Amino acid sequence: MKMMTPQSEADLAECIAGASGPMWIQGGNTRGCSGSGAVLSTRGLAGLTLYEPGSLTLVVKAGTPVAEVKALLKGENQQLAFEPMDHRVLLGTAGEPTMGGLFAANVSGPRRIQAGAARDFLLGVRFVDGRGQVLRNGGRVMKNVTGYDLVKLMAGAHGTLGVLSEVSLKVLPLAETMTTVAVPNIDLATGVRALCSALGSPFDVTGAAYDPQAQTAYVRLEGFAASVAYRARELIQRLSVFGQVEEVTGSAQLWRDIRDVRDFAGRPGDVWRISVKPTDAIGLIPALGAIRTLCDWGGGLVWALMPEGDDVRAKMTVPGHATLVRATSNTNRAARHHPETAPLAALSAGLREQFDPRGILNPGLMG
Amino acid sequence: MEMPSPNAAILARKAELIAQLRRVLPDDAIISDEVETRAYECDALTAYKCPPMLAVLPRSTQEVAAVLHICHRAGVPVVPRGAGTSLAGGALPTADCVILGVARMTEVLETDYENRIIRVQTGRTNLSVSGAVEEEDFFYAPDPSSQLACAIAGNIAMNSGGAHCLKYGVTTNNLLGVTMVLMDGTVIEVGGAHLDAGGLDLLGVICGSEGQLGVVTEATLRILHKPEGARPVLIAFDSNEVAGACVSDIIKAGILPVAIEFMDRPCIEACEAFAKAGYPMCEALLIVEVEGSAAEIAHQLDLIKGIARRHNPVELREAGDAEEAARIWLGRKSAFGAMGQINDYMCLDGTIPVSALPQVLRRIEELSDEYGLKVANVFHAGDGNMHPLILFDANKEGDLETCEAFGAEILKLCVEVGGCLTGEHGVGIEKRDLMLHQYDAVDIEAQLRLKDVFDPKWLLNPAKVFPLSTTSTRRSPSLAAQ
Repeated sequence: MKMMTPQSEADLAECIAGASGPMWIQGGNTRGCSGSGAVLSTRGLAGLTLYEPGSLTLVVKAGTPVAEVKALLKGENQQLAFEPMDHRVLLGTAGEPTMGGLFAANVSGPRRIQAGAARDFLLGVRFVDGRGQVLRNGGRVMKNVTGYDLVKLMAGAHGTLGVLSEVSLKVLPLAETMTTVAVPNIDLATGVRALCSALGSPFDVTGAAYDPQAQTAYVRLEGFAASVAYRARELIQRLSVFGQVEEVTGSAQLWRDIRDVRDFAGRPGDVWRISVKPTDAIGLIPALGAIRTLCDWGGGLVWALMPEGDDVRAKMTVPGHATLVRATSNTNRAARHHPETAPLAALSAGLREQFDPRGILNPGLMG
Repeated sequence: MEMPSPNAAILARKAELIAQLRRVLPDDAIISDEVETRAYECDALTAYKCPPMLAVLPRSTQEVAAVLHICHRAGVPVVPRGAGTSLAGGALPTADCVILGVARMTEVLETDYENRIIRVQTGRTNLSVSGAVEEEDFFYAPDPSSQLACAIAGNIAMNSGGAHCLKYGVTTNNLLGVTMVLMDGTVIEVGGAHLDAGGLDLLGVICGSEGQLGVVTEATLRILHKPEGARPVLIAFDSNEVAGACVSDIIKAGILPVAIEFMDRPCIEACEAFAKAGYPMCEALLIVEVEGSAAEIAHQLDLIKGIARRHNPVELREAGDAEEAARIWLGRKSAFGAMGQINDYMCLDGTIPVSALPQVLRRIEELSDEYGLKVANVFHAGDGNMHPLILFDANKEGDLETCEAFGAEILKLCVEVGGCLTGEHGVGIEKRDLMLHQYDAVDIEAQLRLKDVFDPKWLLNPAKVFPLSTTSTRRSPSLAAQ
């Protein structure tokens, strides 16, 4: 397959303007989703444009490896607070995730419930649309309502409206310490209710997961040491109505594993990511017929390891949406996303038509 | 401020339109009397006024859909209106438009503490959303200064912020779903009680679209449990630069206060004269608020005081109890009212990178001398959202124009240093003609194309946000069709 690796934004614009067929946009190729046509890699567009720790602001080229950015931020005791998952664990892929890929797919982790999603941290974008035009929207400041928010539109558009060339984002301080409070030996319904209780407390919970295999609910607290200790005590008391509560060690690894759904790695089957109202997970999970499940976001994010080809979307009896994240060979890879209602599908198609009139950017990826 | 001239063909069919609207709305929901439509002639940008042809006040999504369907068919422009508190002229009518006000849609539709959401009709005021969940000690985080009066509909249209968004984010970060009516009357549901609606992030682009993509009638909002407590500290400095450096150091130290407010000397003096909060007379004053349990608050304030002391503050005042906390906030919260007592003023809303603060304040001072108008600065320093208040005399010939020219210079300056024209008020008509200073023509065109998708006939709030010259070809076909 033809591979294009533009070295500048102008190059990128030229590549797209001159394209004659479908282009599959690739950052670090860690989520590996391409069809026939050319591959357009953003890896040539790498590097730091600006970092102002005192303004909590970072601007980088889209092809910059996430690992480089994390290391840079760590040096200033800051972080990507939306805690993006590392797809390599679940998908068994190699490659190096890029900042552009991360925002194009709106990749967020456990802290999404408290800090927000990747899209909430994206302040500005530069991108090349399907016409080959260089466009920008937003900026590098935290509050900006100047014109329409195309920044949000680009986050999670999976490259179907344009290829990101540069992103500016808000970063946050790294917490001094973290701990995890666990409630073992409780069933799904009690587990989700315990998470809801923790999230509805004033104790600023930054992670709330339930593992149906371990029958355990986990709640994470982060911040200054004295504050974390205080809130852990309070939470243990609050959650004691649900079962025996204990503080567990190894928080960093535990939440990395939850973030990356490590438990599903290497196990055969399709992996679905389901977004629902947290308490709806209680009824939904038993109805899925899944091999394994994992609840994050207080129950609002359900990871389901399904038998090959078993389509979760047909089993959704509650509002929300399901996305196929890992497909086995026999599963229809093209239909990854949840179907939209007719008027929303019309708006989405209209937007794709405006931003990519030739339909060449990741065609069909989102519908 | 130029507005499109009214379409005579539309005005000529006013009676016919009223007759059609009567079939879908109760009589008391249609306001056509020339005296009564005056109530809708402006929003909080009172320098510009124009009574609409009609105003309608529907009570449900179905009624809104019926109204829009009729207006769409008749080619009549519609200007949506929340509570009319826009400082940017977002709800300014044209003489040939129908004002669609959501003021009668104030119901709470669902409260779900377990899932931490509330679903409301969008005419409900911001503060009364928090009021509806107060019994369980929950609140809705975005808190614009006008929160007592402003409606959720307007908050969504302008993506409103507030003093506490450094920690909690602005409207877009707290909005989970909407029921919205498109201009042709189609009702759409975007998002809901779950996070991250599937497909393209339409919710993200609807929020902040200034009523140009559809009329949001219902909203699902994230609610949070109140913190155990909150306490402000007041720090006074003898220079803006030092205050700016202190803000930066607090943030770099890993502390994330819920609010960092900044006031300069002219603002302090005016507030002091008005509210008598007992502020020290100094060049720059910071109010930094932190949240948590008593011990957590004390710990964070210790860190903040430590940082502040390294910058040799003129005064450092910690609130010992709720009353002292209220006193610290009193001056800041009455800042706009205080300025209004002294003078007419224009409130700007540009955002700048925090690092550019001293430079921008210096330049504003120079411009103030050049234009001969005084400026008081009050702003959300943690996120760089400035609110320079330019004082002028509305009764003095030419003063408003001078003030607007001065304001435009300040906003251009914000853009030059890497910021933007508006952080939380919206573009409306006020900053419409400055858009080409922030964006290139192609960037504007991309935004116009987005509106084409939602509102192909360009009937919803059509004369706002973008310079009229960039939208004329899109607006005129719908007018010419009459």
